[in-house]
Amino acid sequence: MAAPTRPEQAPADSGSARGLPGEQRRRPTAPRVPLLRSAALVAGKDLRIELSSRVTTTKVLPFAGIVLLLCAFAADPDRGALAGVAPGTFWTAVLLAAVLAAGRSAALEVANRADDGLRLSWLDPGGIFLGKVAAVFVQLAVLEGALLAGLVAVFDFRIVHPLLLVASAVSATVAICAVGVVYGAVAAALRTRETLLPLLALPVLTPAALGGAQAWLAAQRDDADGGLRWLQLLTLFGCVLLAAGLAAYGSLLDEE
Amino acid sequence: MTGARIRRAVLPGTAVLALAVLAWLALVEAPPDAVQGDAQRLMYLHVPVAWLAYLAFGVTALASLLYLVPRTRRQRWDLLAGASAEVGVVFTALTILDGSLWARPVWGIWWTWDARLVTTAVLLFLYLGYLALRRVPATAERRARRCAVVALIAFADVPVVHLSVIWWRTLHQQPTVLNPELSPQIHGTMALTLLWGVGAFTLCYVVLLRQRYRLARAEAAQESLLLQLALRTPPAAPAAGHVPVGRPAVGQPVGPEPVR
Repeated sequence: MAAPTRPEQAPADSGSARGLPGEQRRRPTAPRVPLLRSAALVAGKDLRIELSSRVTTTKVLPFAGIVLLLCAFAADPDRGALAGVAPGTFWTAVLLAAVLAAGRSAALEVANRADDGLRLSWLDPGGIFLGKVAAVFVQLAVLEGALLAGLVAVFDFRIVHPLLLVASAVSATVAICAVGVVYGAVAAALRTRETLLPLLALPVLTPAALGGAQAWLAAQRDDADGGLRWLQLLTLFGCVLLAAGLAAYGSLLDEE
Repeated sequence: MTGARIRRAVLPGTAVLALAVLAWLALVEAPPDAVQGDAQRLMYLHVPVAWLAYLAFGVTALASLLYLVPRTRRQRWDLLAGASAEVGVVFTALTILDGSLWARPVWGIWWTWDARLVTTAVLLFLYLGYLALRRVPATAERRARRCAVVALIAFADVPVVHLSVIWWRTLHQQPTVLNPELSPQIHGTMALTLLWGVGAFTLCYVVLLRQRYRLARAEAAQESLLLQLALRTPPAAPAAGHVPVGRPAVGQPVGPEPVR
């Protein structure tokens, strides 16, 4: 990535955390960029890269669409039966697409050792995490919007409680993004990234997919009370994973 | 037998003895269940094994946390976390297996899409992923940090597994001992046998963990030694009269053909 502009240049003699051999290591003296500013910078950078490369719209979205269609074929071609499995199929497609999006988000940093730029910048590690989560969230929100349109058209999916639908989707997507970004960073520089990332992330995300599917089923069947219980669970799950990611991401960034 | 050997055999011996007593209590002393009959005796295996899976993953999470905190960061926490996770995976697999054996006579099926069963299977896959990550080649510190983060996140599934029977309406029975009211609903002899089973299997866990931890330490020491040797030992000069066979390295003069 292009390293974000530092708001304040370090003094010439401040040294770097990875100084030349034999050089005395000194901590940078410039203040860290605030959390939210760091998040905005990283999110903006990732989204600009996505806008220019259009990987989500040209590769991830068609992949999720194919998963949706294949699951429909596998379940039952009867339209009445399809409406019942539509939420589960939707969240399965989102989960698989999210693993691709998270893997790509991490790969952006590994390419050309751009992660060194992030590590040596004065950006807050928590802010970097939140920025990456925000960027993946925007990409997944676009993807979920397109898939929802397909769900309504092909699966006869009825939206009775749009607010419950949107709230549960936001909570589940936050959880998915938090896990995706952390595990993307864990698997980033590994040669076995493509196989390891789904193995690590999918089991953790199963509750999010399950909760999302159940909340959407409730939204479809006019069961607001049942949906709200699932929404609470999803919100708790999302908050826990976001907090865990916020706490752990700095350790992964300091690895070198 | 030397004194050291005897001391080393005390804990495993005690564990084996405790398991033998458990077998006697479970098969002879404890009464059969009024509804399930003798099939219920599998509980004395199933519950302790499931409890140990929780305990093992709890130890993994705690050791991982200690590794991530800079003040307490030591390699031994990483090795302990890995060793405990391996034992935990074995116990989780055993939980699913003996649960399935118990389900067949009681429910009439080997497996059902029940919240407790699914979350336990997810737990198994979570820690299989963790163990796969431990096998990925990397420096010891890098591997340890990554694994510690993954272990902490994976542990979030343990309360979900335990509370799944309360959160969802499931075929699996509600907690008998550790229920929300903290009021065990179990016959006295059955409760004693179950408690003994938990103790006996906890001893087994300690024995297995100790062995696996020692092995992990030996592996780490060997890895470190081999690395030091590789860095210090100069490349061996070819012995007099020895002619390398095979493709020469780039820039290396091609020697005479070996005498055949």
